[in-house]
Amino acid sequence: MAVAGKDIRSEWRTKESLNASIAFSIVVLLLFSFAFDPASESTKEFAGGLLWLVFMFAGALIVNRSFARELPNDCLDVLIASPLPMAALFLGKAIACFTLLMVIELISLPVFGIFYDITWWNQPGWLMLILAMTTWAMSVVGTLFSALTVNLRLRELMLPMLLYPMLIPALMAAIQLTTVVLTTDPVGGDNYTWVKLLVGFDIIFTSLSLALVDFVLVR
Amino acid sequence: MRDKLLAGAGALAAVLFVRNLYVMFMQIGDEVDQGAIYRIIYFHVPAFFTAGMCYIASMLASAYTLWKKDLRADAFAMSATEVGLAFAAVNLLTGMIWGRIIWGIWWAWDPRLTWALISWLVYFGYLGLRKAIDDPSERANISAVVNIFAFTSVAITWKAIVWWRTQHPAPVLSIRGADGKIDPAMEAMIYTNWIPLLLMATIFIAIRLRQERALRELDAMRRWAHST
Repeated sequence: MAVAGKDIRSEWRTKESLNASIAFSIVVLLLFSFAFDPASESTKEFAGGLLWLVFMFAGALIVNRSFARELPNDCLDVLIASPLPMAALFLGKAIACFTLLMVIELISLPVFGIFYDITWWNQPGWLMLILAMTTWAMSVVGTLFSALTVNLRLRELMLPMLLYPMLIPALMAAIQLTTVVLTTDPVGGDNYTWVKLLVGFDIIFTSLSLALVDFVLVR
Repeated sequence: MRDKLLAGAGALAAVLFVRNLYVMFMQIGDEVDQGAIYRIIYFHVPAFFTAGMCYIASMLASAYTLWKKDLRADAFAMSATEVGLAFAAVNLLTGMIWGRIIWGIWWAWDPRLTWALISWLVYFGYLGLRKAIDDPSERANISAVVNIFAFTSVAITWKAIVWWRTQHPAPVLSIRGADGKIDPAMEAMIYTNWIPLLLMATIFIAIRLRQERALRELDAMRRWAHST
């Protein structure tokens, strides 16, 4: 928790990746509008996919910073050498990423709604639940892979290359569910499989990451 | 001794393979709906099984690497992944040829196909990651973690035809609880043709491991030469 607080505070004071990510997601949203006609009726059908692609790109920026932030002044070595359990360090980092990503998503959503004429508050409860679950999936897997790739050459390239394919199950579920929520259909019946997939993904990857993090953060 | 064993295994695989080809073309008839092209299943499914075996082996070797810090297990995991990728490519390509003839398209974005491709890309990323790390023990550690993560996509590929209604045919083999959907002679042929493929995979992995060992020796010599 202390780690999470520290990360969020340092990000809040510098706003280096927060501002960049928000700007980045708005730019990408803008770019998408050139790729197709944003006013057409079919936009609603792939709005979910669009939204999650933007969040995913922004997410890679955030998780990339998560461990890279500790590199100057050898902070990472100090964190690893501290008596803190590695699982706690990892969870703290993941919670910080989660919070920052949620902030970005909540800022992008209204912008998205305005640009693409989409009423996104039809089912706020479900939307928030989907956002939270998928963002958690992104944060957990992203933080672990960020820890893996932090000392690598080509870190900025390696992280997305490894991260995106791993996240596809969660992303697929999120895209399906978000489209459902945006088109005012109720969540249930057939769609319910996707909720289960998302919950399963969160549980499996959180426990897998916690089990493996001790092997990742060693010096 | 080891060379002779490998050569013997190769010869056995070749003999079995020729025998299988004879049986599948001369003795087992065409499938009622699909005609002659269905025979690609004798390569498509065993290739997937072989790739799956390689992935399982590399996952176990990765876990062992993390547990015992054994660099040889790491080399094995890498070799098994490379060979598994080759067989997964056979699986994807034969599937595409079959799809072109039966469905009329090379590729359909259904969960099974998509996930087979995702697994391929994930493991390809694993091999790419290895190239980016210089320190051997760090490489072993990090790639082992990625390998264990990567295995989840194989598990999803395996279950995809049960979880979703896919364009890819639903399970027909009796080991997956689908009794009577396939002629026993045809099903037996799938397993029989799996044996030579498995033998081939074993030989490839053994050869790849030997290269890797030579590389390690070379590396040690180079370090020794630099240190004196």
